[in-house]
Amino acid sequence: MNFTDLFIAPFAEFEFMRRALVGIFALALGAGPVGAFLMLRRMSLTGDAMAHAILPGAAIGFLVSGLDLFAMTFGGLAAGLFVAVGAGVVARATELKEDASLAAFYLISLALGVMILSVKGSNVDLLHVLFGTVLGLDDPTLYLVAGIATFTLVTLAVIWRPLVLECVDPAFLSSVSRAGAPSHIAFLALVVLNLVGGFHALGTLLAVGLMMLPAATARFWVRDLTPLVCLATAIAFVSGFAGLLISYHVGAPSGPAIILVAGGAYVVSVLFGPAGGVIARRFPQRHFEA
Amino acid sequence: MNSAGPIMTGNSLSPQLRFRDLTLGYERHPAVHHLDGSVEEGALLAICGPNGAGKSTLMRGIIGQLRPLAGAIERGGLDPRDIAYLPQGAQVDRSFPISVYDMVAMGLWRRSGLFGGIGRTDRTAIAEAIAAVGLQGFETRPIGTLSGGQMQRTLFARLLLQNARLILLDEPFTALDAKTVSDLLDLVRRWHGEKRTVLAVLHDFDLVRTHFPQTLLLARSAIAWGPTAEALAPENLLKARRMGEAWGGDEPCEVAA
Repeated sequence: MNFTDLFIAPFAEFEFMRRALVGIFALALGAGPVGAFLMLRRMSLTGDAMAHAILPGAAIGFLVSGLDLFAMTFGGLAAGLFVAVGAGVVARATELKEDASLAAFYLISLALGVMILSVKGSNVDLLHVLFGTVLGLDDPTLYLVAGIATFTLVTLAVIWRPLVLECVDPAFLSSVSRAGAPSHIAFLALVVLNLVGGFHALGTLLAVGLMMLPAATARFWVRDLTPLVCLATAIAFVSGFAGLLISYHVGAPSGPAIILVAGGAYVVSVLFGPAGGVIARRFPQRHFEA
Repeated sequence: MNSAGPIMTGNSLSPQLRFRDLTLGYERHPAVHHLDGSVEEGALLAICGPNGAGKSTLMRGIIGQLRPLAGAIERGGLDPRDIAYLPQGAQVDRSFPISVYDMVAMGLWRRSGLFGGIGRTDRTAIAEAIAAVGLQGFETRPIGTLSGGQMQRTLFARLLLQNARLILLDEPFTALDAKTVSDLLDLVRRWHGEKRTVLAVLHDFDLVRTHFPQTLLLARSAIAWGPTAEALAPENLLKARRMGEAWGGDEPCEVAA
């Protein structure tokens, strides 16, 4: 097997592989930066919870009109936003902390979603929603994913400064600008939007993987914000590419393969990453003079 | 309220801030009580008092974060956002991957806003601010690697760029070494020379006596307000301490009711 057979031929020969690659690239463009900010705002688990929360919405969409792109997207969006707002309200109106109320909401959502799906559909449908069908992306789905990526990048460009400043020094931001709260809400909407985009390709369980794993991996290599965002996106790209090839050559399911590649990169980075990895901390380099 | 509330004598200096029977507090519990008086433009005023005297509360009232329970603060036509405020032990997330340069550059927010670019003059200004606080060579360092003193210098550089008419510093020199304090005091004097109004909450009376011409001694109400030597006289300090010890109680205030 030469280079071409390994890396090029699968995409040259099969259209579904090309579609999958485009889909994953579009997904990575949006999910990379959003994941980086989720991590920096210490909301990694929020992302996870939201991903699960999308399930019952998508399931109800499925219940109403089968495997229909619009119905399932709309259902997922509605459910995601409902849980985001609901968890926030419960946290503010009661003594429960936000992480606990998010956990409660997403456990209920997950159970509800699986229940709805198995009442109406088959196990195949359940697997479709949970793990996605990156190898079966049709035109409308590709447009949707690419549209979400475009919208995400434009919105991030608009809210970049307040978003950064609200992470670093919220007191200062509120003293110079009122953009803090609106940009936070816009960011939450982007999270839900990207998870909904990701769920068509990777399913609700794995959509958050392409968001969080590259961001967490990149944190072990760079210490500045812009490189962090770029590196996270690049790692998401490469994970998608490598995961598709692995699934093609060994016949593994593609969604999990992609996430496992990203997971492998994470494990390697935890050990060898120069910015706070295990080995870098255990064996520090010789220090500078000053 | 003996020497509180200097009387306006028709001099040319206009008041930058005027407190009219100001009461500030949290959930009806006043922290600053019936404060009257004005701060002239270009004043360099120290605010002293025991813990819980309402010093930080007064700062939050001035920037408009806290609405008065009673009375009013007049800002002399100053936009609340034209006020630079350095909170006590500024709550900065030091683990966030941002460089000293970017942190300082945020001081330009009022000019550049959400989208405005940072041009050549701005870059010069940022470089000057970083040099003024003695952090040359630290531009690309992540803020997580700075010492406490270097972090405070960074925040002062950001204050420099904010170019505000009114500057509020809440315990800016706490837990800093003598060298850092003296460097940062130079900046405060520079602001004073530029006719900016500076209010600083301080606990070090020696430092206040040396560098601050005017002092407000606060223990919920104003104990004394005027030239530092008079305001920090022993009998006033004793009174402030007694007030500080006597706090507590839920009965509604007669004057406020």
